[in-house]
Amino acid sequence: MAIAVVRVRDLFAAAMLFAIYSLLSAGLFAVLDAGDVSLTEAAVGAGLSTILVLAVLTVTRRHEHPTGGHNWLALAVVLVTGAMLAYAATDLPPFGAIDNPAQTHVGAYYVANTGPEMGIPNMVAAVLASYRSVDTMGEAFVIFSAALVVYALLSPKPRQGQPGIRRRRPIGRTHVREDGNRS
Amino acid sequence: MRNNGILRILARFLIPLILLVGLYIQFHGEYSPGGGFQAGLVFSAGWILFVLIYGLERGLRAIPLRVMYFLSAGGVLLYALTGVAGVLLGGRFLDFSPFLSNPQSAQQAGIIIVEFGVGLTVASVSMLLFTLFARRREQWDAVLDEQDDSA
Repeated sequence: MAIAVVRVRDLFAAAMLFAIYSLLSAGLFAVLDAGDVSLTEAAVGAGLSTILVLAVLTVTRRHEHPTGGHNWLALAVVLVTGAMLAYAATDLPPFGAIDNPAQTHVGAYYVANTGPEMGIPNMVAAVLASYRSVDTMGEAFVIFSAALVVYALLSPKPRQGQPGIRRRRPIGRTHVREDGNRS
Repeated sequence: MRNNGILRILARFLIPLILLVGLYIQFHGEYSPGGGFQAGLVFSAGWILFVLIYGLERGLRAIPLRVMYFLSAGGVLLYALTGVAGVLLGGRFLDFSPFLSNPQSAQQAGIIIVEFGVGLTVASVSMLLFTLFARRREQWDAVLDEQDDSA
């Protein structure tokens, strides 16, 4: 599915494939009993980012501009980084082992004390909003500043003669250019 | 898409349900999966569905841009001021325990308030982003029409 997202030239199809991919990972998280993560993935990945990409597609072309040749430097960087990550992964503690840092560090404190201190059953909410509430505040500020940036970029009205403004092409059929290439 | 009967009837049934689920995720977040972030997104998804069916103009009549600007900053401010309130009442920043005498209900009150702040910000920011992108096409078309008229 991820390969299809990268390979396909039709950006509308890519957006839809990406939404399906997100929804499948949300299902995977749900199977792994991570309700909060699953809900977030479904809402952000499959929902909001897809609708934002579709909104952006109304002001761009539907098909990706084909670029010829291969970028060997990019391939080398990706391969080296991937090899380094794979090598580092051999040092990870075994999955789900009882003496993992994830089980022995602050996690145990949260599991033991959320009930007595907060009186609520959802530990994720307790960690996010109370134990680590400064982190969550930073997150809220990040979202707010994202809105500020998009507002700063898009709120000025477009001027006459500004480059890049085009008529909308009819959606749904492939446009054939003069030189015969499909764009 | 306002003229498509199936879409309109389905949306009329679904939009209140989506908004209700958003509020449920918001205020039931301490007991079940969810919280302000997810709730804000679900709520804005309901509004975006309304816009897709009935058009941006009517959507903005329900929730004007000015309200989105105000709420996106207001949610973050609510969060930060809750932290400051903890300081003023004799605790540390974002320390909820001085709010109420019962420590458990004090924590719960703090969590509900800050999650509500997050929900407000996320909902209004995602509606704002969608509006800004969706409006762009109309603005371009208006400029192009003017160009054609003057040419």
